[in-house]
Amino acid sequence: MGVGWGHPEVTRLGTTLVASFLASLVECVEALTVVLAVGSVRGWRSALAGAGTALGTLAAIVAVLGPALTRIPVNKLRQIPFHLVQFVVGGLILLFGLRWLRKAVLRSAGLIPLHDEQTAFAKSAAAMRQANAGSNARWDNFAFSAAFNITMLEGTEVVFIVIAFGAGGVGLLLPASLGALAALVMVSALGFLLHRPLARIPENTLKFLVGVLLSALGTFWVGESVGLAWPVPHSGSSDLAILGLIALYLVLALGLVPVCRLQARIVAEEI
Amino acid sequence: MSWLKSIARELISLFVDDGSFAMAILVWVVLAVSLLPRLAPAARWSGPALFAGLALILIESVVRFARRAK
Repeated sequence: MGVGWGHPEVTRLGTTLVASFLASLVECVEALTVVLAVGSVRGWRSALAGAGTALGTLAAIVAVLGPALTRIPVNKLRQIPFHLVQFVVGGLILLFGLRWLRKAVLRSAGLIPLHDEQTAFAKSAAAMRQANAGSNARWDNFAFSAAFNITMLEGTEVVFIVIAFGAGGVGLLLPASLGALAALVMVSALGFLLHRPLARIPENTLKFLVGVLLSALGTFWVGESVGLAWPVPHSGSSDLAILGLIALYLVLALGLVPVCRLQARIVAEEI
Repeated sequence: MSWLKSIARELISLFVDDGSFAMAILVWVVLAVSLLPRLAPAARWSGPALFAGLALILIESVVRFARRAK
């Protein structure tokens, strides 16, 4: 029997994997831009060491915390009602997703500037040139800490994204982790091959899509946590409502772009 | 340790950049999960009602921003 997107389990796992991949992709691209700026201006040895140390630190934190979480006795875990976890995680994802969606709509309408990796690269590179060297030929503390900081910063966000998605239901941690890992591998490989910022990746479109996916997942999980009902066929799982919510948020956000442009024009003409 | 502060700031900014927008979402979510299950627990519109409130908050926020933009 074929299993497609209409299958509830595939919908849940697939949405989590895609959302985690896209959200992590955006964070990885932003980190790569700064690491490339540091490396090209101050030298690759310290930049790569900084980024590598941060990735190692994050991996160590995950390696320590992950098994520690799984060692919590099951009877203790059962004391935390699952619907409470689902409500908190759903609420956080909702805040995260709607914030991205709002920004993506405003960017698409031209009301706030688009995020441009070339500009971000130029800014970071200029900051790297202005900073005092404070280094010898072999080692550059400033470059190391700049690469370490940005990788830690964006990496922590990715870890949070994975944990948040993973906590939304049984079996979701694996697709969330795979999505983030795929994004990291892809961005690292492209950065290694191209040696320039990934300006062609349509970041705003990605944020638009991620905003839609996260808002839909967050709405669904918050609703599920308190037993709200969804208009799905009687024979179908409520997970199918995720697809309906994705479609509704997408139509809403796409419709809001021209509305915002029109509102801004009307106000400009009034002045 | 400056990166710890930066990470804390970044983590908060993951969820909040417009305070009133974030607050409206939280207030609606709390209201919806408190009231909707009591009003009509099995009604098929209780889930869509949660979405409708969130959609209105998003519409109000972006339109308000557009009207203020120069």
